[in-house]
Amino acid sequence: MTPDRYRRGLEEAQLAHDHLLPSTSPDVRRSWWTPARRDHFTGYLFILPQIAGLIVFVLAPLALMAWYSLNEWNVLAGTFSFVGIGNYEKLATDPALPGVLWASACFSVGLVLFNLSLALLLAVLLNQKLAGTVVFRTIFFSPVVVSLVAWAIVWRFLLQQDGGINAVLRMLSIDGPNWLRGPTTAMTSVIVVQVVKNVGLNMVLFLAALQNVPQELYEAARVDGASRWTQFFRITVPLISPTVLLTSIITVAGSLQVFAQIAVLTEGGPGTSTTVLVYYLYQQAFQFHFFGYGASLAMLLLLIVGALTYLQWSLRKAWVYDND
Amino acid sequence: MINSRSRLAIALYALMAVLCIPFLFPTWWMITSSFKPVSEIFAFPPTLLPRQFVTDAYGRVFELQPFARQYFNSLYIAAAVTAGTLAFSSLAGYAFARIRFPGANLLFMLVLTGLLIPSEVTIVPLFQMFLDVGAINTHWPLILVPMLGAPSALQTFIMRQFFSGLPHELEDAARIDGLGRFAIYRRIALPLAKPALAAVGIFTFLYSWNLYLEPIVFLSSPDKFTLPQALTQFVDAYGGPMWNIQLAAASLTAIPVLVVFVIAQKQFIEGLAYTGLKG
Repeated sequence: MTPDRYRRGLEEAQLAHDHLLPSTSPDVRRSWWTPARRDHFTGYLFILPQIAGLIVFVLAPLALMAWYSLNEWNVLAGTFSFVGIGNYEKLATDPALPGVLWASACFSVGLVLFNLSLALLLAVLLNQKLAGTVVFRTIFFSPVVVSLVAWAIVWRFLLQQDGGINAVLRMLSIDGPNWLRGPTTAMTSVIVVQVVKNVGLNMVLFLAALQNVPQELYEAARVDGASRWTQFFRITVPLISPTVLLTSIITVAGSLQVFAQIAVLTEGGPGTSTTVLVYYLYQQAFQFHFFGYGASLAMLLLLIVGALTYLQWSLRKAWVYDND
Repeated sequence: MINSRSRLAIALYALMAVLCIPFLFPTWWMITSSFKPVSEIFAFPPTLLPRQFVTDAYGRVFELQPFARQYFNSLYIAAAVTAGTLAFSSLAGYAFARIRFPGANLLFMLVLTGLLIPSEVTIVPLFQMFLDVGAINTHWPLILVPMLGAPSALQTFIMRQFFSGLPHELEDAARIDGLGRFAIYRRIALPLAKPALAAVGIFTFLYSWNLYLEPIVFLSSPDKFTLPQALTQFVDAYGGPMWNIQLAAASLTAIPVLVVFVIAQKQFIEGLAYTGLKG
């Protein structure tokens, strides 16, 4: 410690001290620029880029979007006129929208259930303390780092009528369907492709949670004669439930944002069977140039995300085991 | 005589091996098919390794599009987003964790708002804003929005959680030594935050690297394209994909990141688990 710095430190400590305690000599006027104020100022400087960014790129667009949604705006025709709740009336009567919402719901529910159960299964398998599990962990996680579009392209290649998957099925004398051209198989395929791509993330979070479960609990349960299943459902599941909540919130929110996989694999088809909300928004705003209607669809998406997050958060008391 | 314990182990290995197939096979199929001649790509029975090894598709990737330029675009955009996010989110995260300034709670609510709003929601007004300032068909929207907008809120949140968990003692000692806030952040807090920074950096990079909706909305000329967008452009006159070329381009996109991942998989996975638990 240099003497100079030491002296400065002492002065600052003295200043802070003066600031905190009522001064005994009223004639000593403290300057407005106190160390506390300087510290606040530093705090504001630290958060300035992030807060300015959030105001410009989140708050301002949200406000603009609310305004756009009240206007009829066709970019191609160059028309922009106030229509009040016109776009929301269109939203309520849009014949395509129920199908879009149904597709979004099927995708989200299928994705979340399949993703979380597969992630938990993989995490439990990896947690068995077998030799070589690091290799398996690496393999299960690897699709996470593969470029999303590259991943979707390969699967589109594999899922074609004469693609790799049907070729393997043919070798087993099974006639495979044209996966991406049938409504049910298309939706299933999109879900499976997305789960295999991202399940590694949740798997790793579950694995970390499993490793934090105290071993004594299992030993005590064994002494009491509890079976492996009882141990799993009575000890493991309650203790990792906070992680289940975290992963389900992340996965639900992510499932509503799916776009690239749909665009590459099915383009929303066949028909509109895989047209999820974000894809529909993209079509309306950037393919058909209905910006006003696109904005009201975005408001709907925002409402759904908000409602689902709130629902999960308020339901947590019912099923998340709380340590405190 | 095999006891029940090793029978269980064999069953578990078999199950894991079967489960590996959907995770490994697509990558394998992508790489091997990109070296097959067009006639062999859809041959039946399928060949696990190319019977005839050709590299024509890789040459075509660079002839049909400015692929090297597009590769560079994706790399530099992801690098810029990652560097900016690391700097700004660690600064903001540190301030929210350690400095008590008026309005901190209200401003942190803003971060939480950003956390909950998917960036897809604001794509229409963002497009209009960037159009107004003449930044359409430039890389600015792809750099600025992920670095400072809604996607960066999660990173600030993670950094704040991490800094909140660090012990105060070291910083208190440094303050008595007369170090200012910035010096404490730079010389004491940041070096301790390496695992969190690694995780935030890796996932910011992958986020930017994977972006697809934003580039197709904001960019229109092929020399500006990013990789995900370029991959879908290898189509014939009828709009059908030119499979061997698309797969070659996809392999070129995926393999470098996979190699880095396999080398550094410990940091990738454990960094994520660590921050995930904290967050």
